[in-house]
Order: sequence, then structure tokens, then C-alpha cells
Amino acid sequence: MNTNHPVSPHLQIYKMPLTGLLSITHRMTGAVVSLGALLMVLVLVSVAGGPESYAQMQQHLSAWYGQIFLLGFTFALYFHFCNGIRHLIWDVGWGFELETVRKSALITITAAVVLTLVTWLVAIL
Amino acid sequence: MDNLRTPLAGVKGLGSAKEGVSHWWGQKMTALLLVPLVLWFCFALASLPGANYESVVAWVQSPVTAVLLILTIGATFYHAQLGLQVIIEDYMPSHGARMTTIIIVNFLCLLFALIGSYAVLKIAFGT
Repeated sequence: MNTNHPVSPHLQIYKMPLTGLLSITHRMTGAVVSLGALLMVLVLVSVAGGPESYAQMQQHLSAWYGQIFLLGFTFALYFHFCNGIRHLIWDVGWGFELETVRKSALITITAAVVLTLVTWLVAIL
Repeated sequence: MDNLRTPLAGVKGLGSAKEGVSHWWGQKMTALLLVPLVLWFCFALASLPGANYESVVAWVQSPVTAVLLILTIGATFYHAQLGLQVIIEDYMPSHGARMTTIIIVNFLCLLFALIGSYAVLKIAFGT
């Protein structure tokens, strides 16, 4: 069904509420982590391939694009993980009060950022 | 209740899809399983003595690690397939393109789950 009818602007006008923002971020991080999982399998393959292929993979991961990928992947993973737990809690029926939703949103963002920072500190040190 | 629907509606596949709960349930079960698995994975990687080849191989060769890795890979790609399917269904209006993309994504998830599992087994049973 192709409906090319005019649509009134909404994203350019209304500010998206925090919960909506987290919802679409959950979807986007899900897609990113799916791609990341694919690449992580390639990392595993490089380990299975022996020390030479492993060294090559390490070179790629240590390069600037590898580091950017790892940073994006770790944050996407932790955010999707924390928000996923938030979803599982909703599935049990808890936490639908508006104030609770807002608080859990802030907890999720904080936890994801903290986990990412801790991981990278542990990795660098 | 079926006699309230016109034959045309039935042929066109209009109305309730009548199935989809299994999709939702599978998504939630793999999500639940992935909570401890992802925690274990991140913690285990962080606890590796070094990032060198020997440490990684020694870690994968431990039977607990190998089994948990294969479990994580399987749960991850099943969870990913379900999630990606929902995204594609939401954003692709063309029926043909949507079905093709979902089929390709299904194949890729199956393929990479198998490749990952094979790699783990190769490392675990290698010397």
C-alpha cells in the first residue's frame, strides 16, 4: 500500500518525551548490537584461525576505527541491556506509574554510561 | 464468528493475525537468558589475564566457557533475529521487499550463529 499523502510535521515541532527517546534508542542500540554480534563472531573466527589471524584482528581493533566500533558497541550493548531489563520488569507488571517510568529511564541511562566507563577504564588500565 | 467475515477478507488475509505470541515469548525468554550470559561474558573478558592469543585460547578451551559461549551465541542471534524482524516489519511498507529482507536476515542470523559455534568448537578442541 503506497500512500504518498502529505503529513503534518511532528518531529520538527514537538519535543519527544524522555520515555519515547529511550524507546527508539532501545531499538537503535538493538540494531547496532545485532551488527556488533556479527562482527564479534568474526573476532572469534580470527581466534580460531590461529595466532597470525588473531594478531591481524588485534591490529584492526586497535586502530582508530576499531576503537570507535568498540566504544559504540559497548555503549549500545550496555544501554540495550539496561533498558531491556526495564522492559522485563514492565512485563511482570511493575513500574508503569509515570513518575516511576521517568526514574527508571534516568537509572537506565546512568547505568549504561557508568558500565561503559568502568569497562573502558578496566580495559585501559 | 467466521461467517461474519466476507470470503474476500479471508483470501486477502485481513483481520487478526492470530499468531505472534510465540514471537513475543521467544524474545522475552532469550532476553531473560541473555541477562546472566551477557554479564558473564563481559565479566569474563574483563578478568582475562591478558589480551594475548594464549590467554584467549586458554579461556575458550575451558569447557564451561565453551558451552556458555555457544549458548550466548545461540541466544544472541535468536534474540537479534526476532528483534530485527520487528524493525523491518515496522519500516518496510512493500510486502515483497519486506519478506525478502526478513528472509535474508533469518539466513544471516542462522549462518553467523553456526559460524560462531564452529569457531568456539575449533578453538576448544584444538591443541
